[in-house]
Amino acid sequence: MSTPTATRSGLKPRPVSPHLQVYRLIPTMLMSIVHRITGAALYFGTLLVAWWLVAAATSEAYFDFVNGIYGSWFGRLVLFGYTWALVHHLLGGIRHFIWDTGHALEKHTATKMAWATLAGSITLTILIWIAGYAARGM
Amino acid sequence: MVELTLPRNSQVGQGKTWPKPEGATNLREYRIYRWSPDDDANPRVDTYYVDTDDCGPMILDGLIWIKNKVDPTLTFRRSCREGICGSCAMNIDGTNTLACTKGMDEVSGAVKVYPLPHMPVVKDLVPDLTVPYAQLSSIEPWLQTVSPEPAKEWTQSHEDRQKLDGLYECILCFCCQTSCPSYWWNGERYLGPAVLLQAYRWLIDSRDEATGERLDNLEDPFRLYRCHTIMNCTQACPKGLNPAKAIAEIKKMMVERRV
Repeated sequence: MSTPTATRSGLKPRPVSPHLQVYRLIPTMLMSIVHRITGAALYFGTLLVAWWLVAAATSEAYFDFVNGIYGSWFGRLVLFGYTWALVHHLLGGIRHFIWDTGHALEKHTATKMAWATLAGSITLTILIWIAGYAARGM
Repeated sequence: MVELTLPRNSQVGQGKTWPKPEGATNLREYRIYRWSPDDDANPRVDTYYVDTDDCGPMILDGLIWIKNKVDPTLTFRRSCREGICGSCAMNIDGTNTLACTKGMDEVSGAVKVYPLPHMPVVKDLVPDLTVPYAQLSSIEPWLQTVSPEPAKEWTQSHEDRQKLDGLYECILCFCCQTSCPSYWWNGERYLGPAVLLQAYRWLIDSRDEATGERLDNLEDPFRLYRCHTIMNCTQACPKGLNPAKAIAEIKKMMVERRV
């Protein structure tokens, strides 16, 4: 048996064939990547929540300061993104939970579930924000 | 380990464009990965034109036509040309499949052909499959028993035999194995979809009596649990099998034997 790649002594090292560079991005693969990215984004979002709670425990003036940042157009944009990451990761988690039972792993079902995760997360995020604004009365 | 880019010696350059066949009216463009151990050049992509009036309909027919009519140095594995030997597995149009069962009409535009992804290249479209073969032998893909051998064959009910459907058909082409990003990043330690489907084929076989030992061998953060259900394997399999489901069933067996 030959030894793989660069470890063959005295012979020219073998190149690694292209992978990400040539592989066609498919929905299930894309949702797997997005699940990871949103998972990482949740660490950042949790820090925002923690800062908000710390501010509330510190003083009214500091809470108003942090609230002011979160209430600005940029703050709201970040919070909107955080909401989406949270909802998307939640739905992705449910998808993985269903898969862990051995169901919904057929190739076309998996593709439909991938799209459903994305559509569901966008819809739910918008609904949450509509509900949020409605509750705030503005 | 995750390496999103290719090492320096593996980066693919622009190759040559071979002349179009004379007098041909219907041409099909092929862009093919080339690398030879006999010179010091990096891999490159060569462009060829296939006369489709003089050639069969499959991607493999085009490759054979190029080798016969244009460039005899083009190197690839092929044997049965009917999807049962698994030799001509390669990356075609961005997906791993068999060149012999993929029609030229299934691809729009130029036919882009690369070796199976993230593998050491022996030459052109021929990958070094030493590691996956070693991984296959590590799961001991044969019947193991402790009971005394029966006078005739080991028998099995129809229901038990049906559990092997969707598993025994695997031709070990490694399309799924090399489509898996987890296998790209951890191929030395993660067994990969093809090998795990084989492992499940023996785990679920009613005649096999080494189920416990087989599960012990797989109970490992890397060998089994690097599967993150990316599903590239199932989407790629040219035989329509479902390695992702086989892996999910192994994970279930791991849980079930503990409760």
